[in-house]
Amino acid sequence: MSDFLTVRVWRGDEQGGFQTFEVPRLESQTVLDVVSHIQRQLDPTLAYRFACRVGMCGSCAMTVNGKARWTCRTHVAKVAADGNLELAPLAHLPVVRDLVTDMSAFFDKWARARGQFHPTATRKDPFARIRPDSAQRINADAGIECIGCGVCYASCDVVQWRPDYLGPAALNRAWTLVNDERDGAQAERLRAVAGDAGCHACHTHLSCTERCPKHISPTAGIAGLKRAAMKAALRGDL
Amino acid sequence: MNTRTEVRLWAAQRISAMVLGVCVFVHLITIMVAMRGGLSAAEILERTQGNWAWFVFYVVFVAAVVVHAPIGLRTIIEEWLGWRGTWLDILLVVLAAALGLWGLRAVWAVFA
Repeated sequence: MSDFLTVRVWRGDEQGGFQTFEVPRLESQTVLDVVSHIQRQLDPTLAYRFACRVGMCGSCAMTVNGKARWTCRTHVAKVAADGNLELAPLAHLPVVRDLVTDMSAFFDKWARARGQFHPTATRKDPFARIRPDSAQRINADAGIECIGCGVCYASCDVVQWRPDYLGPAALNRAWTLVNDERDGAQAERLRAVAGDAGCHACHTHLSCTERCPKHISPTAGIAGLKRAAMKAALRGDL
Repeated sequence: MNTRTEVRLWAAQRISAMVLGVCVFVHLITIMVAMRGGLSAAEILERTQGNWAWFVFYVVFVAAVVVHAPIGLRTIIEEWLGWRGTWLDILLVVLAAALGLWGLRAVWAVFA
């Protein structure tokens, strides 16, 4: 292990370029540690986002040596064995400055995919009883831990080709709600996620599944949405 | 095109792909068997002329192509060229009709 890392960091907006920093190499150092060192010790004007530092909040995702990753849980030893790091903002989102992207489009698509829960009961009704081993509950569980970091969105080729595509995270969210039997907007949701800007645009490249730091498979959820939409279309409910 | 039709087209393309999977497999095996000991028009016609089983098989094959190819091509054109709308749909209906016509003409030529 050498004593220093050579770190190329994106500076400026879309028209910016890389700036190189030398950062001391430490044991058990994360990529977020490296960025924080640069901002605190070398250049306080560096813009980046983080909050929890423990893989819960989904704020700190960046492009690390060409791949989208959550930086707080990514060890330097894992991604920069040769001592070189290249840090850029997430792909497929407008760059605000340096490592910060504007994630509005990403979250607007969650809303477009009907990612909101639509309750069917009031507080006066008894609790819904959902069996933990029911197929729907198991499907919802598989996708529910999404932290909205945008790694899947930045890794998706279809998002790159078709800017109107809803993307893996929004579709994964929709799939968890399709499996929520308490939800009352099922037909509207399937209408929102079906079609050529929705689940049917997915090419099953599996980049989202490969890169998701929470080991969720949005691809599986998207396949589930395709099946659900097909059944609804054949029934005439879509 | 409305969402329901889009999804039905998607389903039709998947189902026709399953049919094509079987048809292409049978077709390839037939080619391998037919090629043994040389290939001649007379030998092919001897197998297909008046044979209803091969006639039905190749009509199904053509039907699957007619459904499958234009829907897939539509998606490729939309993604690669950004064309969409009624004119594209009309173009692909014409393509489907042409594929059906050419395919059935070929089937009839080796059956009759």
